[in-house]
Amino acid sequence: MIINPISNGIVIDHITAGKGMTLYTLLNLAQLDCSVAIIKNADSVKMGKKDIIKIDRVIDLNFDAVAYIDPDVTINIIRDGQLVKRKHLDIPERVEGVIRCTNPRCITSTEQELPHIFKLTDREKRIYRCIYCESKAKSKTLD
Amino acid sequence: MKHLIDILDLSTEQIDGLIATANDIIAHPEQYREKCHGKKLATLFYEPSTRTRLSFEAAMYELGGQVLGFSEAQSSSASKGESVADTARIISCYADIIAMRHYKEGAPLVASLHATVPVINAGDGGHNHPTQTLADLLTIQKEKGRLHDLVIGFCGDLKFGRTVHSLLNAMSRYENVRFVLISPEELRIPEYLRQELEKNGISFRETQNLEESLPELDILYMTRVQQERFFNEADYIRLRDSYILTSDKLKNARADLSILHPLPRVNEISVQVDSDPRACYFKQALYGKFIRMALILCLLDIQ
Ligand SMILES: [Zn+2]
Repeated sequence: MIINPISNGIVIDHITAGKGMTLYTLLNLAQLDCSVAIIKNADSVKMGKKDIIKIDRVIDLNFDAVAYIDPDVTINIIRDGQLVKRKHLDIPERVEGVIRCTNPRCITSTEQELPHIFKLTDREKRIYRCIYCESKAKSKTLD
Repeated sequence: MKHLIDILDLSTEQIDGLIATANDIIAHPEQYREKCHGKKLATLFYEPSTRTRLSFEAAMYELGGQVLGFSEAQSSSASKGESVADTARIISCYADIIAMRHYKEGAPLVASLHATVPVINAGDGGHNHPTQTLADLLTIQKEKGRLHDLVIGFCGDLKFGRTVHSLLNAMSRYENVRFVLISPEELRIPEYLRQELEKNGISFRETQNLEESLPELDILYMTRVQQERFFNEADYIRLRDSYILTSDKLKNARADLSILHPLPRVNEISVQVDSDPRACYFKQALYGKFIRMALILCLLDIQ
């Protein structure tokens, strides 16, 4: 399987196998007009299997959203064919517009324009709660 | 402190400060009669709660201030579809402080993010009701002279009872406090709260038997089993009467027990108990007014 190396863009590497499509959807990559490749179940020495996303342009990536879905990814930024930055992510303390609150009693259920914001309340178990009603995040993404 | 949305927004030192102010108001009410002269409290009640609203209004009047607002969503701009954020911005132009009750969880937080004056959460759905908790804390302090070294029993609806959850959280922060959680199986405290208590090393015991638990208690906090929390009427009727406090059951309780209840009561405390000196629930309503006075002064930064 051959995918041309990119000269200016972003490679999200070491994605837990199966989470590639989730990230693709969440980051709205379908909206981009540049080429985007998703490689599923690539062989990885470290992980066995992994997913990879290659974006053929340096876009403004929502790192918090990426880290919420999969904090173990590696982000590679490539300019003029050179790897200029390799980034590991921290679990975000707060995510906005990534998870939707599904509690029907929450104020976000009647006020559509309110941003859905969740904060990390348990780092060990990676539990996020809605800042308004404190419900635990259930679905992984805005859909 | 800019707003009061959740009881845990307050440190124990801040709570001590509010209790001290409330005690000073109780001792010298005349010194507080003009403290809020020229100030206005807006009571924005999107769902009716006459008791809480009147407590806030009485508190403001006793401080020499004035009150405006609405007591149900139908009579407000919300019925025309105005957002909580916009209402908060606009009311900030008319009032110096806002007390908001809303049927949706988190609405007072939204208001606090957009108001330019302090916002007090006067109850948001089944979520938070911090001024009730402050009233409970002042009552315990007045009755027992301390907030530490206590055995507190909670009885009734421990699953949906927000007053129980907040008081549990608030009291967990004091030294050597132990909880006895008395409820039917169906209405036990939620799992996340149990985990929280365990994680913080708080001593507690869950039981279904009220009578057996009474002798060890310093405080008994009774709650109402609310019909709207049930989908099935048969379940409600079966559980409602399970945990009724009567004079007879109180025979084995300590002489210095204090019985609390956030009110309104339906039938979970028999009216015979009202004349028992251990009944504190009507005093609790009075203390609620004093602690709200202390809170208004604190948020308006009036010494
Ligand atoms: Zn929510």
